[in-house]
Amino acid sequence: MASAVMNVTATVLDWMSAAFDAPLARAVVFGVHIDGHLVIEVLLIVVILFQLTRKSYKPPKKPLTEKEIDELCEEWVPESLHPPITEEMLAQPPTLESAAGPHSIIDGKEVVNFASANYLGLVGNEKIIDSCITSVEKYGVGSCGPRGFYGTIDAHLDCETRIAKFLGTPDSVLYSYGISTIFSVIPAFCKKGDIIVADEGVHWGVQNGLYLSRSTVVYFKHNDMASLESTLNKITRGNKRAEKIRRYIVVEAVYQNSGQIAPLDEIVRLKEKHRFRLVLDESHSFGVLGKSGRGLAEYCGVPIEKIDIITAGMGNALATDGGFCTGNVRVVDHQRLSSSGYVFSASLPPYLASAAITAVEYLQENPSVLETLRSNIALLQKGLADVPGLTITSHPLSPIVFLKLKKSTGSAKTDLQLLDTIADRVLKEDSVFIVTLKKSTLDKCRLPVGIRLFVSAGHSESDLLKASESLKRVAASVLAELL
Amino acid sequence: MVRLPYLTALTTLFSYGLLFAFGQLRDFFRKLIDWPKSKNLKGYAPICLGLEDFYTRRLYLRIQDCFGRPIASAPDAWIDVVERYSNDNNKTLLRTSNTTKCLNLGSYNYLGFAAADEYCTPRVIESLKKYSPSTCSVRVDGGTTKLHTELEELVARFVGKPAAILFGMGYVTNSAIIPALVGKGGLIISDSLNHNSIVNGARGSGATVRVFQHNNPSHLEEVLREQIAEGQPRTHRPWKKIIVIVEGIYSMEGELCKLPEIIAVCKKYKAYTYLDEAHSIGAIGKSGRGVCELLGVDPADVDIMMGTFTKSFGSCGGYIAASKEIIQYLKYTCPAHLYATSMSPPAVQQVISAIKVILGEDGSNRGAQKLARIRENSNFFRSELQKMGFEVLGDNDSPVMPIMLYNPAKIPAFSRECLRQNVAIVTVAFPATPLLLARARICISASHTREDLIKGLEVISKVGDLVGIKYFPVEPPKHEQDQKKLE
Repeated sequence: MASAVMNVTATVLDWMSAAFDAPLARAVVFGVHIDGHLVIEVLLIVVILFQLTRKSYKPPKKPLTEKEIDELCEEWVPESLHPPITEEMLAQPPTLESAAGPHSIIDGKEVVNFASANYLGLVGNEKIIDSCITSVEKYGVGSCGPRGFYGTIDAHLDCETRIAKFLGTPDSVLYSYGISTIFSVIPAFCKKGDIIVADEGVHWGVQNGLYLSRSTVVYFKHNDMASLESTLNKITRGNKRAEKIRRYIVVEAVYQNSGQIAPLDEIVRLKEKHRFRLVLDESHSFGVLGKSGRGLAEYCGVPIEKIDIITAGMGNALATDGGFCTGNVRVVDHQRLSSSGYVFSASLPPYLASAAITAVEYLQENPSVLETLRSNIALLQKGLADVPGLTITSHPLSPIVFLKLKKSTGSAKTDLQLLDTIADRVLKEDSVFIVTLKKSTLDKCRLPVGIRLFVSAGHSESDLLKASESLKRVAASVLAELL
Repeated sequence: MVRLPYLTALTTLFSYGLLFAFGQLRDFFRKLIDWPKSKNLKGYAPICLGLEDFYTRRLYLRIQDCFGRPIASAPDAWIDVVERYSNDNNKTLLRTSNTTKCLNLGSYNYLGFAAADEYCTPRVIESLKKYSPSTCSVRVDGGTTKLHTELEELVARFVGKPAAILFGMGYVTNSAIIPALVGKGGLIISDSLNHNSIVNGARGSGATVRVFQHNNPSHLEEVLREQIAEGQPRTHRPWKKIIVIVEGIYSMEGELCKLPEIIAVCKKYKAYTYLDEAHSIGAIGKSGRGVCELLGVDPADVDIMMGTFTKSFGSCGGYIAASKEIIQYLKYTCPAHLYATSMSPPAVQQVISAIKVILGEDGSNRGAQKLARIRENSNFFRSELQKMGFEVLGDNDSPVMPIMLYNPAKIPAFSRECLRQNVAIVTVAFPATPLLLARARICISASHTREDLIKGLEVISKVGDLVGIKYFPVEPPKHEQDQKKLE
């Protein structure tokens, strides 16, 4: 039995090996003998190819039918455009019934006004109002067009040359609104892939500009030079491609959110060491700091060429509206075609440009007004040094005097409510108008809230004394539980 | 819609190609010449790399004298254009003290409030003396004067909405409001030809942005259906809210938006609508109330209406009009309201007086006369231009009319020749319009008289023949047609 199976297997094997080795068809194709095993190999390859061409099993992908899309659209419920209205949203600001000078009329009462950034006391100045009246009679109120399409009036060009001459730069660019200056300048120079190092306490306009520029933004601790140095070191260490990437540092001269002043000489030293460009926002220091009011560069003794881009809003010391940006020739020319707030928007009303020219001339002719401003700030700082429950966090020379709570209650909302109560009582009982720092929900700055007083050269000594006395009395009573 | 003839497209592309080639050649030689000069800015990356400002340096600077022409008078029907000369082939332009009096067909002065007006100017001067040019404070901090509250109520009444809020600049209005209304997780669907301020506001909000074909309600419906069914990108969660942004009159096309159809589509799919009436408020509609009045749409159907005061009211600034709750919420959180200096009081007074004139509340009917005159002027001008054979865009009743030029060489030719014959024209090219579709844009005003318009038409016709932009056949004048009929 076994031998029979063995015999059959042996014969089959012999037959198969003969078939394999027998030259088939005795053919010679291209010098290769066609053997039997070649047929099996070709069959195998054909089978493999056949399997590869079969579609693999995937569950079929059915796009949504029209009926299903209709159902989804019916089901979807959008959120409301606004969140539910709370108590604090219904608060109305007080109405001003006269010019915003050091003494104004609010809701029918005469008050001492510490809420208008009228640093040089130019609100109500006769010369400025006269130049505005001439301008309105000659040019009308609006300019009716963007700068590229017959909206450039000779008043604008005169204003640009005047400001550039005052600061010592070749030329400057005029913008039609203070806050739009910085968020148009930053995206014009910083593009995707650039690196920006910014202070964490910058205001919303700068934050919006940084977001729109799509560059990589790194924040450093507020006004802390050690933190700035370590951030710069971290970024430039070992980065060979850093030669091709543009790098910027963005700071404000006087910070709106805290009243501190940036140490410009330190920053310039660091910038030159690591090869960064500097963008400086001088809204609250132009016309205030420095011996003749030329801003932070004059105060710190830094030559103006070392700062690459200077922007400022003119709604503060110069008592008009709008903004400007200045730097070297390349910087200024580039903005005239690629800065969106300059190209796509109507130009500044010409009467505000003439007001700016008159204000700059006034400042150049009467530098003594800066002395008055400085002594007023010093007086107010002395008077507010011992207010119970509040500390001064602003720089001794800053025209914004910023007070925050010594001991916070823990949440920014309750802090703001306490400070609002203080401000309301000061206004009602002593007719002194001070304001708190209100933050928008879109603002990313996390600095503490506080009370701001804007000092003007038009305030008299009795005004400043009245403010300090009143604040001391009201703070003592409101914060009595906390102390 | 623009119909671009094949031959014109080819010649325009060829011209741009030639300009590009010449520009590259000059750049190459400039690099060679500047090679030995070592840059003292070693280590700093250049402010503009390579091709980023190629267009500015090699194409725009050649025709720089056609843009940014300074004027020395109010932007009224006739202006004094300042002459400029250049010593270095148009790279820098220097002012002279000579001026030429030209007919102004370029400023946005739709109702003629640009120059000193008999009702508005005395009141503006009074408010200047009382409130001085600026309040130097933000709106929440004591920058709100009686004028601001009065204007907000007046604007709300004029537009037909319950409440309104003011801002000092139209551009900032869009950039600061859109982020406050919709954030991450929301969807913004905007028209493909929307203005740069809307694009910036949409980008700055953090929401997803989709575009629908210009003025095409059926494509808008397609996009809405697709987006609601898909949900947010990658996570497919449902959208928080959807806002559709359109403009009343598109400033580069001169055409009105198809508002009733778009509002119907948005209502069906529960999307919110945002209407930007920068050019249409005060200029169209029987009583000047804008595109809603002209097309018969109820203002309550549009969720948010935005507009500017620069064009028809001769001032500066912008407004938003919506329901009381939305305005209260915006006053609480909008950054432009909390951080930006309040609008200059004399400018506010100018708008108040202008609206009173338009509504007839100043005791005369100058407002109604102005509105009738601008409509007559626009329709007359447009029909005459079309009869002459120009390709004019825009709908009837719209005061903005672009004339197509196409070829880049015709832009400076048209502009300079018109200036030589004392007509001031605005020409627009890339990047404000697509590359091949350069145009000249005319803005009609109510202060243009019939003689001014006829003079303008003569000059444009002569220059058009010289430059060769009459792309359509000319309609023969009426008496020739009658003669042909007799024969």
